[in-house]
Amino acid sequence: MIETEKRSLKRRVYESVFKTLVYASALLTVALLVVLIGYVFVRGIPHITAQLLFTAPSAIKDTIGILPNILNTLYIIIFTLIIALPIGVGAAVYLTEYATNRRLISVVEFATETLAGIPSIIYGLVGMLFFAQMLGFKTSLLSGGCTLVIMILPTIIRTTQESLKTVPASYREGALGLGATKWYMIRTIILPSSLNGIVTGCILSIGRIVGESAALLFTAGVGTVVSGSIIRTFSRSGGTLSVALYMYVSERGEFDVGFAIAAILMILVLIINGGAKLAGKKLKNKA
Amino acid sequence: MDMEQVKKPLGGTVLQTAHETQEKVNNEATTRSMRKILRDGVEKVMNGVFFACGMMAIMAVLLITGYMVVAGLPAIGEIGVTEFLFGTQWASTAAEPKFGILPFILTSVWGTLGAILIGVPVGLLTAVFLAKVASPEVAAVVRPAVELLAGIPSVVYGLIGMMVLVPAMMDIFNLNNGTCLLAAILVLAIMILPSIISVSETALRAVPREYEEASLALGATKIETIFKVSIPAAKSGIVAGVVLGVGRAIGEAMAVMMVAGNVANMPGLFKSVTFLTTAVAKEMSYASGLQRQALFSIALVLFIFIMIINALLNFVLKKGDKHD
Repeated sequence: MIETEKRSLKRRVYESVFKTLVYASALLTVALLVVLIGYVFVRGIPHITAQLLFTAPSAIKDTIGILPNILNTLYIIIFTLIIALPIGVGAAVYLTEYATNRRLISVVEFATETLAGIPSIIYGLVGMLFFAQMLGFKTSLLSGGCTLVIMILPTIIRTTQESLKTVPASYREGALGLGATKWYMIRTIILPSSLNGIVTGCILSIGRIVGESAALLFTAGVGTVVSGSIIRTFSRSGGTLSVALYMYVSERGEFDVGFAIAAILMILVLIINGGAKLAGKKLKNKA
Repeated sequence: MDMEQVKKPLGGTVLQTAHETQEKVNNEATTRSMRKILRDGVEKVMNGVFFACGMMAIMAVLLITGYMVVAGLPAIGEIGVTEFLFGTQWASTAAEPKFGILPFILTSVWGTLGAILIGVPVGLLTAVFLAKVASPEVAAVVRPAVELLAGIPSVVYGLIGMMVLVPAMMDIFNLNNGTCLLAAILVLAIMILPSIISVSETALRAVPREYEEASLALGATKIETIFKVSIPAAKSGIVAGVVLGVGRAIGEAMAVMMVAGNVANMPGLFKSVTFLTTAVAKEMSYASGLQRQALFSIALVLFIFIMIINALLNFVLKKGDKHD
């Protein structure tokens, strides 16, 4: 107390102003989130009905249903992960276990960072030009999925690489000392030990896919038809939940539907973040 | 087999057994060497597979760059570089179409600057709170909140901006139409908060304890130490966070499209404006001919902006590493 009194007025003002600013900013950030989530839930949850969730939209009956969008989101997540996961994990393994050329490693890492920085609208355009037009996939879930594969590669590579780095060198030396080949060591020691990091990468990627709209608008399109077969589903245009939100709100002015979808997306984000946290915690415990 | 053995003399059997053993050994040796060849083959194949995976990121960057340049250059050539970059009028569907994208470039620049101006102070101070002020229990509540903000899809930000911010703009500033640059700036400021907070927090945490202890020992208060020692020491990390935020803001399309009004005006806080991203997204679905090519040219300009920002980010981070 005595010490405080000794300080000059200027210092005391400085102290209290900045202290207030720090607390106010943190409060503002948290309040923003609470208001955002609260507002979306209040406006959205009353409009989540069975009809909305479990039917396809019908022009004849004049009803709106988002079942096709839910299915499309699910399909595109599965497709994207099946392709991107092996490539991304493979790239991370290459960078940490195989590559010896420092320059090459830094070039690959620079490329990965560059990919992470490219905005999704550009992915959408290139996806449209390359997958939809050049490879002839048309505007379809397949084009959209392929575009997303490139987009989530950096996420998977980075999280996998981080967890590979936490595998102790003694594991590698032990395996190689017992006569294991490199691939055998990676298959039986390295990959299982870094499983949690890979899982975290998957969850983060799912979050990105669920929230993505700009990259999908021109590649996967906005279709809302439920197809019987997998092949037909992937060769047709299909809008995910985020794209559907944009279409219903901007093109048709259906704000209630928009808020219902937003509430569903928020719930998914909450689950995804919780999952990533859990996986991350397990990773830390082990390391 | 028994019959044969009986007929043969004893020595023959011994010889034959020896022969068989030899053959067995030989066989084993061949299987072993075959297994080794197989194993080496698998090793080689896997080596190649992993190499291919590693090269995928480079291929993707080359593909994207290639497509952007090839698709974007023709229209710029046709319209003329100065006409395209510094033309102040965009009327792509008019009888005498004009393709000047200066309004889009300036809107993107001003929009990003505005978002940084609001987002950086709030973000940096929140990072200070998380890294230096908050108790572990409080930080354990605030940090997940920041992560959640990062996870909210941009269309949800757009929807809320459209339903809350835009009407609020109309009321507060007496506008006929609430869709304006200011609304977009506010949405962008919120959207870039998480990147700025998490990168700055990491940087602040990396400041050596001795720096702060020395400052405290000299009689500085905790707040003085944070603002006069910790933040300057964490400068390069904080700058990296800001640059990351710039990249996010300039590349955001959907949220901005829902609140900015999408009219090709020169930027003004209360005017409906079009960003580089939204110019592309808005017209892409129905454009054709030169208009469509011009959209790819806009994307190329955006891509160049992003590449410059990426290079800057890399430079700042490298410099930071050396500094440490």
